[in-house]
Amino acid sequence: MQQLTEIRWHARAGQGAVTAAKLVAETALAADQYMQAMPEYGPERMGAPIKAFTRISPEPIDIHCNIENPDVVIVLDDSLLDVVDVAEGLVDNGTLIINTCTPPDAVKRSLGLSDSITVACIDASGIALDTIKRDIPNTPMVGALSKVTGAVDIDAIKTLLVSTFGKKFGQEIIDANIASVERAYEEVATA
Amino acid sequence: MPTQTTVASTGNTVVAEAMRQCAPDVVAAYPITPQTTIVEEFAKFVAQGKVHTEYVCTESEHSAMSACIGASAAGARVMTATASQGLALMWEELYIASGMRLPIVMANANRALSAPINIHCDHSDIMGARDAGWIVLFAETAQEAYDNTIMATRIAEDPEVLLPAMSCLDGFITTHSIDRVQVMDDESVSEFVGDYEPQNALLDVDNPVSHGNFAGLGGPYFEFKKAQRLAIDRSKAVIGRVGEAYSELSGRSFGFIETDMMDDAEVAIVVIGSSAGNARHVAKQMRAEGVKAGLVKVRCFRPFPAAELAEALKGAKAVAVLDRSETFGAEGGPLYTETRSALYDLETRVPIVNYVYGLGGSDVRLELMRSVYTDLSDIATGAAEPSGLQYLGAR
Repeated sequence: MQQLTEIRWHARAGQGAVTAAKLVAETALAADQYMQAMPEYGPERMGAPIKAFTRISPEPIDIHCNIENPDVVIVLDDSLLDVVDVAEGLVDNGTLIINTCTPPDAVKRSLGLSDSITVACIDASGIALDTIKRDIPNTPMVGALSKVTGAVDIDAIKTLLVSTFGKKFGQEIIDANIASVERAYEEVATA
Repeated sequence: MPTQTTVASTGNTVVAEAMRQCAPDVVAAYPITPQTTIVEEFAKFVAQGKVHTEYVCTESEHSAMSACIGASAAGARVMTATASQGLALMWEELYIASGMRLPIVMANANRALSAPINIHCDHSDIMGARDAGWIVLFAETAQEAYDNTIMATRIAEDPEVLLPAMSCLDGFITTHSIDRVQVMDDESVSEFVGDYEPQNALLDVDNPVSHGNFAGLGGPYFEFKKAQRLAIDRSKAVIGRVGEAYSELSGRSFGFIETDMMDDAEVAIVVIGSSAGNARHVAKQMRAEGVKAGLVKVRCFRPFPAAELAEALKGAKAVAVLDRSETFGAEGGPLYTETRSALYDLETRVPIVNYVYGLGGSDVRLELMRSVYTDLSDIATGAAEPSGLQYLGAR
């Protein structure tokens, strides 16, 4: 694994991006990695565009600023593509993972991304509606992240969902979230 | 040795955890962003019976600190937390707490002061209160915020000291980011801070005393103030001892200042709080590029570590002091003016410059840190003259 992986999340407030960033950080900790997870706090309104950041590293992390050149960008809502420059600062061989029904090559073209960038698309909202029964696409996006980048291990995610969600939610919700992670892991398409 | 658990946690959560482990008799607090989750989580511990504290919800920070003073004078171990406008509203009580020699421990989630309104990090709040007679510790990380809170309790309550102490952590950057933190077991912390044995407690009815009396013209007011100065001077030895004992217990070091790569550094940054990490990251990169860069992080601001700074910086060819607060009309930021003064008695004059940075949470990007080291290299080689106060990254 490389020294430091920097992930930037784009979402609308209420979609669970902060929970997802936290889940990834906790999964990294379970694998004895160092990590940070921080939301960019602004006026909090349901539906407003928000950003969150995750850093994962085998070494202690000194940096305490926003992530400007992410290795991975995760977009939880494709309507943000018209509003926010989600690929801003993405490193040359970076990865963009989007919750969308549009195929990855079409996304790549419309955003004008270079060939060196990996684009991965997953209908995380569709999966969330099927499994969790609500359009909260955060956990499926973590499944897609695991498949596309290997930054976090899928089994570790599932273990953590049981231990952390288990404190707040019943078995049905935990199972639904685990199913959403597994489906996204299987169904994510890249270009 | 203590059992330590590694957790993924925010700075505020581990400060609340440290407070629970120190088991205060009374917490009186008023919520304010970005401190709120400290008192929220602590209130939850009280509700769950995980700590037996009298939790007082007050109607303002002025009242919160007043209640803390009353409780502490009565003989209780007292803690609270605040930020920004809340700390400003406590201003008169801060001086009363230190003047009455009450070892109250307070976490401060560093946040900008209005106007204009801003909820994000800078050090204007605490720097406005730096001379109020409190011991002031700063954290770079959530780990240090946890450690400082525990150490502050033992330092403040030491019979040699008996002064209030503040444990500062950067708003949002440290308070709200999830970080990897080691938390000790309850028993080890409880044993480390010990039982609080109040001196001059109002509720000690067998030994009646009064606090905060009139000490006007001809009274001992002047001598009280001198006693406070002697106490904070004495606190240095106590802080040193507590820091050593804590390092031994936890395996994590504590110094008034903490240096990185300073042994042969030609260019050095002096900085407080979370930005020290950014400077360290860039200093390591500069080293790889052949620049002899170093870093001095100030972890204890009051009492001010003047001798330690002079010792660390005496060999440098150019030094930049970074202030995350503005002191309008002064020679420069508070860390700068005091660091510069600390260097006055050195035999060789060290060129020193001042940058105000990161006000109102303005992001401290790595390229900004790099530009400071680059400026310093130019000064060190004689390619540039030291300039006046600069604003790092202001548009």
